[in-house]
Amino acid sequence: MQETAWQVSLVLMLMITFGVIFVAINSHKREEEYGPLVKRAYGFRTKLFWVVALVFLPAMIYNLMDLPYDVSRAATAGGPPQVINVTAHMWYWEMDRDQVDAGQPVEVHITSADVNHGFGIYDKDMHLVAQAQAMPGYTNVIRHTFKEEGTYKVLCMEYCGVAHHNMMTEIKVGNL
Amino acid sequence: MASYTYTPTPDQGAKASVVAYLVVSCVVLLLMMVFGLLMRLEQSQFTAIGGLWFYKIMTLHGAGMVGIVAIAGAAIMWHFLRQYVELSTGIFVANLVIFLIGVVMILASVLIGDFHAAWTFLFPLPGTSMGMWSQGAAALFMGGLLVIGVGFVLLHLDIARAIIKRYGGLGRGLGWPQLFGPDDGNAPPPAVVASTMVTIVNLVGLVVGASILVMMLVNLYVPTFEIDALLAKGMIYFFGHVFINAVIYMAVIAVYEILPRYTQRPWKSNKVFLASWTASTIMVMFIFPHHLLMDYAFPKWFLIMGHIIGYLNTFPILIVTGYGAMMIVYRSGIRWDMCSRLLFVSLFGWAVGAMPAFIDGTITVNYVMHNTLWVPGHFHTYLLLGMVAMVFGFMYYLVKPDENARDSAIDVAAFWGFVIGTMGFTMSFLYSGKESVPRRYAEHLPEWVPYDRIASYFVILLLASVLVFVFRFLTRLGLAGRDYQRASLARSIAT
Repeated sequence: MQETAWQVSLVLMLMITFGVIFVAINSHKREEEYGPLVKRAYGFRTKLFWVVALVFLPAMIYNLMDLPYDVSRAATAGGPPQVINVTAHMWYWEMDRDQVDAGQPVEVHITSADVNHGFGIYDKDMHLVAQAQAMPGYTNVIRHTFKEEGTYKVLCMEYCGVAHHNMMTEIKVGNL
Repeated sequence: MASYTYTPTPDQGAKASVVAYLVVSCVVLLLMMVFGLLMRLEQSQFTAIGGLWFYKIMTLHGAGMVGIVAIAGAAIMWHFLRQYVELSTGIFVANLVIFLIGVVMILASVLIGDFHAAWTFLFPLPGTSMGMWSQGAAALFMGGLLVIGVGFVLLHLDIARAIIKRYGGLGRGLGWPQLFGPDDGNAPPPAVVASTMVTIVNLVGLVVGASILVMMLVNLYVPTFEIDALLAKGMIYFFGHVFINAVIYMAVIAVYEILPRYTQRPWKSNKVFLASWTASTIMVMFIFPHHLLMDYAFPKWFLIMGHIIGYLNTFPILIVTGYGAMMIVYRSGIRWDMCSRLLFVSLFGWAVGAMPAFIDGTITVNYVMHNTLWVPGHFHTYLLLGMVAMVFGFMYYLVKPDENARDSAIDVAAFWGFVIGTMGFTMSFLYSGKESVPRRYAEHLPEWVPYDRIASYFVILLLASVLVFVFRFLTRLGLAGRDYQRASLARSIAT
């Protein structure tokens, strides 16, 4: 997902860059009559509007198909979920288990005993695979199925004070 | 009916109060950029100031930047708006004085009281310090923000009063009669439409922000006065999002007002323009859930609303304001100087920064990118290369010696240093975000350090460029208050 976000961003940013460079290059010679130019530009803008709408709006809807809030994410993976109860503290994680099986759905129930924290799960390549905020008085549930065995790191994703960057732990996936 | 004939508008000098705003802005901006560099140097492992100082600097950098860009934006808005409506100079000055009082409170809280709960003062962190700062330090910080907010409420109330007096209502200030009825060509000018929008959203945002600050101050001393953490977070992000977004909408008035003077082409408040500003008024107030997508406890519809409005919000930026600037410059014969360059590039910075921003507001993307360096990556792009470029463009406009004055090579080099420095620095942030590097970490893992080092070099280039901008503005300050033609005429007319 991160790679896709990066590439899509780059493409869109480059398209804007080319557009701006095109206008800058064509800014030197003056077209005295602004009215006809505006008319042409408005015509092009209408087309641009529809192109942007026809690309952005389906993308917007498509990206609503698999939301992390959906309870069905756990059920469709098959089998009863393995539950990890997590309570965040300044500045450590309290977990009632730190080992789960790969290929089976996992539900991480996250809350906080003090301030806001963020429970971010990193794979062995240190890429984020899932996260939710840890908030006092509320429980957020991450529903995730680990496909690969290994040791996953947990980092705090919400600033919580002077040792925020040291607030790390691990989840072992599989019989390591 | 729309007419495309440009009516020349005389270039007015700035009042002393506007100049005072801008002097404070550029000095504080420079200092906050130095703080930003210190953070990147620490993450690069070039320095070792430690977690406490890193987070203290981070708190000052955040609060200082948000405050100072609001002051700079207000200076631009007030300067141009007063050409259409009658504003109170006393209230404008009072806002700056109140702001400086708030700044002193915040500085004391952080530098003396060791407060370092970040500018976002996320409840209940300010009151839960684990002994790292006192109750008094937290109260001083939140009190400082509250004081600054009160100053801006006064300013916006005065602006609302003036617009209502001149145009008969805020709806009329947004051009609703022309938007929803026949366009008689008498819609308020873009500066008035933008100021009306900013006033509406900021008044709502500031009241919500002040409410949560007061609630947290009471909770600090009377803990039995309990606050729901989820409600507090929603209120804080509503205020924070509205306030920081409003600074761009204030500053863009410089583009609306100055680019037509360079191109001798009018920037019209036509139906599309008015529709986009009314849409932005609504969207800016309802887009804030995109900051809360990882708080699953919020209702699902609320979070999906943030996702949807994130996509829709790109339309006014790209299709109306960004495209409008391209249209007015295309084949205009514009003469490029520091002012016109910076204003033109500011629209590029705003549009280009909006791309990774709306992508981050996609829920499935946010799931793996929220609170990574992707976030400061996009907001630094549209604030620095967008909003701040508008501010420096306005400063160059005010102190341009005469309409035919040529820029020195060092200014032109500084312009390119600013563009390249900003893009290099923000792309390093974005790439780090792609690599899942969390934001607000005093210490980085060894594999993240190379990106930090690359970013640091670009920040140094950026800082050197901004030094030139600030030096040029301060050394030519005497010109800012005079009335004379500044904008160079476009080629075929001048030659």
